[in-house]
Amino acid sequence: MGIESADEVHDRTESGIPPIKRIVVNGEMPPVRVSQGEANGAPTHIAESFVIDQGAMAPAWTEERMKVESLGVRFDRKEAVKDVSIEVNSGEVLALIGPSGCGKTTLLRSLNKLVDLTPTAVRSGRIMLDGQDTDLMDDTLLRKKVGMLFQQPNPFPMSIFDNVAYGLRERGTKRPGKKELEPIVVDALERAGIWAEVSDNLSHPALSLSGGQQQRLCIARSLAVRPEVLLLDEPCSALDPISTAIIEETIVELKSEIAIVIVTHNLQQAERVADQVGFMYLGDLVEYGSVEQVFNAPMAERTKDYVRGDFG
Amino acid sequence: MSSLTYEATGIPVESEEADPVNRRVELLLGALASSVLLFIAGMILFTLFKAWPSFAANGLAWFGAGGNVDAQLTDIFNSPADPADYIYKLRAWPLIWSTILISALSVLLATFIAVFSSIFIVHFAPGPLQKLIEPVVKYLAAVPSVVYGLIGILVLVPWINSTFITEEMRSSVAYVIQLDGSSVMAGVMILTVMILPIMIALIVDSLRAVPLNWREGALALGVNKWRAVRTVSVRAIRPAIVAAAVLATARALGEAIMLAMVTGSIGFAPNPFDGFLFFMEPSRPLAPSILDGEEGLSVVPFGETMYAFGFILIVSCVFFSFSGWAIRQSLGRYSIGAR
Amino acid sequence: MVSGKSRRPIKARGSRKVRARGVWSIGDRVGLTIAWATGIFLCLVAFSVTIYLALKGVQYLNLDILISRPEAGTEQSETGGILDPMIGTLLLTILGTAIAAPIGVGIAIWLTEYGRPSLLARFVEAGIEMLVGAPSIALAIFGLLIFQNSFMAPFSFTAEGGAVFGRSFFAAGAIMSLIALPFVVGGTREALNSIPKHVREASYALGKDQASTIRRVLLPSARSGIATGTTLGMAQIIGETAVVVVLLGASLQLAPEGAIPVLDVLKGTGSTLTSYVYQNSPAGEGKAPEKAYAAAFVLLLIVIALNLFVNQISKRGRHTWG
Ligand SMILES: Nc1ncnc2c1ncn2[C@@H]1O[C@H](COP(=O)(O)OP(=O)(O)OP(=O)(O)O)[C@@H](O)[C@H]1O
Ligand SMILES: [Mg+2]
Repeated sequence: MGIESADEVHDRTESGIPPIKRIVVNGEMPPVRVSQGEANGAPTHIAESFVIDQGAMAPAWTEERMKVESLGVRFDRKEAVKDVSIEVNSGEVLALIGPSGCGKTTLLRSLNKLVDLTPTAVRSGRIMLDGQDTDLMDDTLLRKKVGMLFQQPNPFPMSIFDNVAYGLRERGTKRPGKKELEPIVVDALERAGIWAEVSDNLSHPALSLSGGQQQRLCIARSLAVRPEVLLLDEPCSALDPISTAIIEETIVELKSEIAIVIVTHNLQQAERVADQVGFMYLGDLVEYGSVEQVFNAPMAERTKDYVRGDFG
Repeated sequence: MSSLTYEATGIPVESEEADPVNRRVELLLGALASSVLLFIAGMILFTLFKAWPSFAANGLAWFGAGGNVDAQLTDIFNSPADPADYIYKLRAWPLIWSTILISALSVLLATFIAVFSSIFIVHFAPGPLQKLIEPVVKYLAAVPSVVYGLIGILVLVPWINSTFITEEMRSSVAYVIQLDGSSVMAGVMILTVMILPIMIALIVDSLRAVPLNWREGALALGVNKWRAVRTVSVRAIRPAIVAAAVLATARALGEAIMLAMVTGSIGFAPNPFDGFLFFMEPSRPLAPSILDGEEGLSVVPFGETMYAFGFILIVSCVFFSFSGWAIRQSLGRYSIGAR
Repeated sequence: MVSGKSRRPIKARGSRKVRARGVWSIGDRVGLTIAWATGIFLCLVAFSVTIYLALKGVQYLNLDILISRPEAGTEQSETGGILDPMIGTLLLTILGTAIAAPIGVGIAIWLTEYGRPSLLARFVEAGIEMLVGAPSIALAIFGLLIFQNSFMAPFSFTAEGGAVFGRSFFAAGAIMSLIALPFVVGGTREALNSIPKHVREASYALGKDQASTIRRVLLPSARSGIATGTTLGMAQIIGETAVVVVLLGASLQLAPEGAIPVLDVLKGTGSTLTSYVYQNSPAGEGKAPEKAYAAAFVLLLIVIALNLFVNQISKRGRHTWG
């Protein structure tokens, strides 16, 4: 059979082969296109076959990974995100900037459909992952590919090791042993710049760490599962310059393999790590372009004011 | 109530210690509240005092096995009128064993069902079913135990008798007991249903109190919803589950009426080595034993024996309720718990 | 994309989606199935109990049973009705609640508004919890111990020779109040706790002292909580059997004692719906299961009514403190 199920593909990535190789793995597959049954049609028959579709659409993901098409999110009456269209490309870092409360987190949470957990939230528009409408995908499968770091550190009430290993242990159909996990956990902790501080007390409860340590632990936790798209919501908000530098290094390192979206209030940071920048204001995506363009030659007046530091 | 609408003038009246009326109200209410403690202490002490002759006459053997406990109770009941000749000999193990057995089995079963159904109620039940199931749980809690007992004795016991008990079973134990469906199994099944609502109420409350961002964190890692709930939420509320089980144990130990109706009321210690037959055997826990002996309370040595049963029950129930309460209190401090 | 703008509320979708492979392990599926099964099991138990008793109730319950007194008889048709047990249930409920409500409210006020010394308050809280867990049969025989004392003779059924039986509506009511007490305390405390601090401060600012704040401001606001707690307590009293069997004796008819109306009944013995069910079931002496079914159905109706009532008051009484 030339068709691989998604989880087999995923196991491959979990066992250490970088996700980008998947193109090669699935490359020889015939491009079977499954009809998309336009947006409001009944999705059930497609969902069953979308696993095949992943492989079939392979050529599409060399560049563009996610595509947001006129996304709108409301909480009851309040519009948090209005008609936003944006792309997330692999090999690039997209930075979202904008004043507090402008909908950055909401946009991010829409990308892995976590916003659906809020009972009052109503979402419109489409979000595509590799040409596939995410609403037709299984939520869990989507989130396996699209990882997220939260604005507030939220380590689980368990040991440091268990926190980082959690995703690997609980998301597959089989649980890897501690031996298999150890190198991955250590690697993730190193990349998150926290290894030196926790190396000799991995069995300590994660909740006893400081705020900044918890934040880095959560970064390690989301790195350990090797997502293909990584959403980072203010990853360095509580960090010292040294830790920040390590995280930024990791981001730059990772971006050759995966697509990264980062929300930040630190404009220098955006300039340092980002390739594309989106500026949001009151739910609108006011400006979207390359980092040079947005910071040096912004088109909108508001963007100009914001990047100069006149408001926000 | 209209006084509620006035705005505070900003001068908080801090203490009224000097006001004698206020002081007297406080003292009066405080005394009232403390009387609860006095009552409990009094109840335990008086019951022990009344039960003492039975314990004293038997020593530790009181708790042991030996002989037919029903025959011993009959002897005690038929004691000569002269206090010097009172008979006290009792080996209460069959009753204690039955109490432990039936309570433990039903608490285990109920814990299992309660955890799963609480997860279902909080995280998986579709809207309408969720709206239905919570009143259903409250309703189950409110059904009087005698109603459960009636259904047990008129429906469940005959059903067990005709479905599970074969002629071989009957004849294999005919020399000691008669199998008629009144059994450990009937008691455990109904007792489970009776203690479930208490447990579910506590577990549902604490599941709801688990911070959403933990579950979100798990979901964002690509863990499915069931696994996220099981490995994060249920893990976090383990102490609350223990508290619920402990409180349910107190309730199970004290149930008298329903068990008196469905367990066969025979002072027999079911033998786990009998295999499946074990569940079909009749027995009688402590609480129903008191109820059965209620008519004989005025016969002094018999009454004292009954108070001895009562004392054992009170002490263990008070112990379990207190432990459950203490666990819940400590939960509250870490904000994940029922209340 | 033309359809990109179509409004699709999130909650309407998703549930229909077929689960992808590799996301749900066998264990997960089994777990979820068990969760569903237990949830449905609960509903099934509740419905089968209710429907079964309703069918039996419709079959055996009639007006005649409701208005006639229990009689001794060999045939089921000769055993009369459940008038006395119903009166007994009513009397005992009133008596138990009348004792439990004021004491319970008082204790709740002390716990929430004073609570000093705090160690004592913690002990009292624990004590209330222990009362919830205390086996009713043990409470019952302890009640007998108290009411058998000769100084309790005015409250108890007594024999010609002066022997005090310790059995009467008074005795049963007193012990029943202990069973209802924790519920009254719980309901009242919850209500008092939900009243924000500023309400109390506003009252103090008007120059009222603590005692009158409690009486004039807090208690009226806690009314629905008190009502909820008291109703739950009543439900406990109505459903309690062991206390009745021990402290009210085995006679199904009311057996008044003495000459003063009402008081004679309270001092005498009798039965309630629960003890009637018990005595008439195969476990008791009556051997009139049809009558037991009828009484059990009435009991269930009362319980359902009380449940609905509690829902109603707690819904209506939910304050929004602005
Ligand atoms: N669960 C929710 N319920 C109601 N409104 C919400 C909810 N979450 C967010 N909002 C609203 O949506 C808007 C956007 O919020 P969002 O968290 O996306 O802002 P943000 O850009 O991430 O801000 P910050 O930089 O402070 O993190 C805010 O006005 C907020 O009030
Ligand atoms: Mg944010």
